[in-house]
Amino acid sequence: MERKRTPLWDLHKQLGARLIDFGGWDMPVAYPTGTIKEHKAVREAVGLFDVSHMGEAYLRGPRVREAIELLTTNAVASAAPGKAVYTLLCRPSGGVVDDCIFYKRSDTEFFVIVNASNTAKDLAWFREHTHGLCEIEDVSDATALIAVQGPRAVALVDQLAGGTLGALTSFTFADAEVAGVPCVAARTGYTGEDGFELACGNADAPRLWTALVEAGGLPIGLGARDTLRLESRLPLYGNDLDDDHTPLEAGLGWAVKLDRAFLGAEALRAQKLRGLDRQLAGFKIADDQRVIARHGYAVVDRARGAGEAAVVGTVTSGGPGITVGGAIGLAYVPAALAKPGTPLTIDCRGKDIPATVVSGKFYKRT
Amino acid sequence: MSNSPSNLRYTKDHEWLDPSGTAWRVGITQFAVSQLGDIVLVDIPEAGRQIEQGEPFGTIESVKSVSELYMPVSGKVTAINKALQDEPELVNEDPFGEGWLIEIEPTDKAELDPLMESDAYDKFTET
Repeated sequence: MERKRTPLWDLHKQLGARLIDFGGWDMPVAYPTGTIKEHKAVREAVGLFDVSHMGEAYLRGPRVREAIELLTTNAVASAAPGKAVYTLLCRPSGGVVDDCIFYKRSDTEFFVIVNASNTAKDLAWFREHTHGLCEIEDVSDATALIAVQGPRAVALVDQLAGGTLGALTSFTFADAEVAGVPCVAARTGYTGEDGFELACGNADAPRLWTALVEAGGLPIGLGARDTLRLESRLPLYGNDLDDDHTPLEAGLGWAVKLDRAFLGAEALRAQKLRGLDRQLAGFKIADDQRVIARHGYAVVDRARGAGEAAVVGTVTSGGPGITVGGAIGLAYVPAALAKPGTPLTIDCRGKDIPATVVSGKFYKRT
Repeated sequence: MSNSPSNLRYTKDHEWLDPSGTAWRVGITQFAVSQLGDIVLVDIPEAGRQIEQGEPFGTIESVKSVSELYMPVSGKVTAINKALQDEPELVNEDPFGEGWLIEIEPTDKAELDPLMESDAYDKFTET
């Protein structure tokens, strides 16, 4: 099947990007700069990401708040207008349909950005579970999204917006003009750095991208997006989140407001009462080991027996800690093994590799 | 598009071999590097082992993936490029030079015969 292209595809080609299939999209994984330098540029200066493959939709209507209340684990419906709220969408089982950010425009209008690979599933989920309480407009194919991230991101965007955006606080958004392009500008991101995500019409995207490049933003591929988000311990749907794990197990309890009624609330309340059997733990591979524990590798306890009997958990994400050093990752492990400092053994392609559970984010910006 | 050095020989797994001198130097090609992206780890056990043609002699990890490294011909590993422990990026920067991986003492020089010449390898990577 022909891979889908974002409106910035020609520009990526011109820049010499290496393009890969990402959920059916032909996306830049790295530019000639290379992932390591791209990662560092976002930590130290400012980088630009084409994330136009992500899905966008409007939910509107006089009863839209009731619909949103049902869909979301976090307090989205009751947020103040102008707020952006990270939330999970859960199944009645408590398993995760997707994680996403809702933007509350008013009590009758919400905008939402969802993961690219889940767009069709999420839109179907919205339609199935909002019971006609709101109108749903899928604007994914008409909307481009550019993330501007790094310690210099806010100044860069603010300057191109004539000084109108610098005052926006974290997880708020506003309609704005950036380099003359009408955008929804949100003070959000997926790198652990400060910055903006700018949603605009497809036709305007190349102009906005070019203005951001000319103002000093370095194009960054999806390779660095992954290493940046992992260091900041931001979960990736399909790796760290899925149908079979709940947000509580994933350590996202802060985005689950259990005093409300929503899809999955009962299951999650029961799980909280019972206590967690397993948890997503961050780990660091021992410094003297020259290996990265990657998605799908087994966490083992050889004392439990041979072969499959030894498997106690699974690595969901793993990669190089480009800023923090070493090899880092996330794994679902029994709750007893999730405490910081606990030694883990990870089967890396047939070799038992020692690792240690670490608390919190691997990287935290200062 | 690519222009692999004509003094080297090449495998389908994108290793190169320099058959001049008594110790034959081995690395991975520019094409391999461009496909892998940034290399973050090179893991090659100590020199001294005898390894057969086509068997793995180590692994190389890029940001996104891990790949086995295969012996282009049978032989004894006589040296490994220790600089790569701290500077794996040398493989990206200079795959045919400073980014070499190992040196081997070949068991049977006739095993060189099936390896590609540079023009054949360049054609191989175009398709």
